Amino acid sequence: MKANTPAERLVNGIIKENPTFVLVLGMCPTLAVTTSAINGIGMGLTTTVVLAMSNLMISLLRKFIPDGVRMPAFIVVVASFVTIVQMLLQGFIPSLYSALGIYIPLIVVNCIILGRAEAYASKNPPIPSLFDGIGMGLGFTLSITCIGAVRELLGAGQIFGQQILPLAADGKMGYEPITIFILAPGAFFVLAMLAALQNKFKVGAAKRGIDPSEGCGCCSGCDSCNNTMCKGGKQA
Amino acid sequence: MEQMYNVSSNPHVRDKMTTSRIMQLVVIALLPTTLFGIWNFGFRALLVVLVTVASSVFFEWLYNRLMHKKNTINDFSAVVTGLLLALNMPPQIPLWMPVLGSAFAIIVVKQLFGGLGQNFMNPALAARCFLMISFAGKMTNFAVDKLNGYHCIDTVTGATALAELKNSGFTADSIPVKNLFIGNIHGTIGETSAIAILIGAVILLAFKVIDFKVPLTYIGSFTVFVILYMLGSGMGFDGNYLLSHLFGGGLMLGAWFMATDYVTTPITPKGQLVYGCCLGIVTAVFRLFGGSAEGVSYAIIFCNLLVPIIEKATKPAAFGKGGKKA
Repeated sequence: MKANTPAERLVNGIIKENPTFVLVLGMCPTLAVTTSAINGIGMGLTTTVVLAMSNLMISLLRKFIPDGVRMPAFIVVVASFVTIVQMLLQGFIPSLYSALGIYIPLIVVNCIILGRAEAYASKNPPIPSLFDGIGMGLGFTLSITCIGAVRELLGAGQIFGQQILPLAADGKMGYEPITIFILAPGAFFVLAMLAALQNKFKVGAAKRGIDPSEGCGCCSGCDSCNNTMCKGGKQA
Repeated sequence: MEQMYNVSSNPHVRDKMTTSRIMQLVVIALLPTTLFGIWNFGFRALLVVLVTVASSVFFEWLYNRLMHKKNTINDFSAVVTGLLLALNMPPQIPLWMPVLGSAFAIIVVKQLFGGLGQNFMNPALAARCFLMISFAGKMTNFAVDKLNGYHCIDTVTGATALAELKNSGFTADSIPVKNLFIGNIHGTIGETSAIAILIGAVILLAFKVIDFKVPLTYIGSFTVFVILYMLGSGMGFDGNYLLSHLFGGGLMLGAWFMATDYVTTPITPKGQLVYGCCLGIVTAVFRLFGGSAEGVSYAIIFCNLLVPIIEKATKPAAFGKGGKKA
């Protein structure tokens, strides 16, 4: 796929460089707000909006921002958008606003947003930057919604607030919620579990050798790999 | 003659004590406690013990099989983990809970970190805390149909000795210290009988599987802290209160069998003393100031996490290093 086209940027953000499972960025909201699938979607989409807008704005301003003060400049741009989104949420979706709480203002220092601003938007033209932001945001949304759904299912027997597994009550057989999964430790368990699963599929795909020059997102491909064990094994 | 020409790298002198032998000794030392628990709580307790041990061994086998690793169930460590976990269960627990706990202990806490010798906290206790957090109601429901022995009362749904102690102190209605020591009270399967645990501890000490340092500093610092608390809170010194704290709950089982786990204990002698003191103080703080009446499990896994720091701080100087310069 041609680099820096909108479609390539979307695929890159959602799959190849998925911010949660591959780049392992933005762990604070990932671990803290994913107690349910709906919280995951809310947090993810909020971040997506901020990410897309700030990427666009920073890309437009990239020639004017002096190198020495780029971080403060990025923060000012991101914080403006976060403030707008926060006020909109407070006004129109108060339930989500109160569920996400302190994690909305904390989007300002979310390392996905600063990371994309620094690594991509400040060096590339506006349109790819916008789609980079959308792709990364959707990748983030997808990941934390998955984490939220698994935690909600195991911890309460629900997905999106709907009771999937009937609970045990009054001697009737049913699901006994494993409460730990909607508490803090559960976030770590589920994140690790899902990251391990997706690594298993990715490494499997990489081993089948679709294109050794391209890589799979976890590395830059077998041709540029220094590990003689696997490269040698493949060639032999 | 042949042995004389046997060329090999060191170590040349080996002890007969192997990992599996140590683990077998621990199982033997746990037998009095286990048997007492089964006698005290009846058939149901036996079922819990069997299911937990069997599932622990099964998960160890399963993980090794799936990961194409050498089968390690012969070292008996999974049996010990399962047995310790079973002794931490209330007798009426639904049987799938200890199975889930075994899976967590063996796969998540032990094998994912590299197997025996690599786990950073005690697997059995981590699993107990996992179950405690997940199923608080079932894990603290000590109600049983009947208890053997003379302290057979029909109000066994009441608070445990420690919860009672926390709420109202030691009163005339409290469970007598003698019963706490012998163990015909309700609680988890293995924690009730201090005397059975002490018999096991003597076995471990006699075979030099454990030494005095960690258990004694643990119990000692705990005692000192409780005495200070009694004097400080205006209660005055009360021997029954102190002894109830020592023999009620999981302190004895924790101090002799869980805190002495080789993997999660500092290897330096000085470090073991520090570790024991930490355990005693943390346990006392959890019990006296915390929200719940019991704190041994959390204290031990918390101090397990401090072990690398303790070891670093108490590392002895290597031979030839340090000392006065001539």
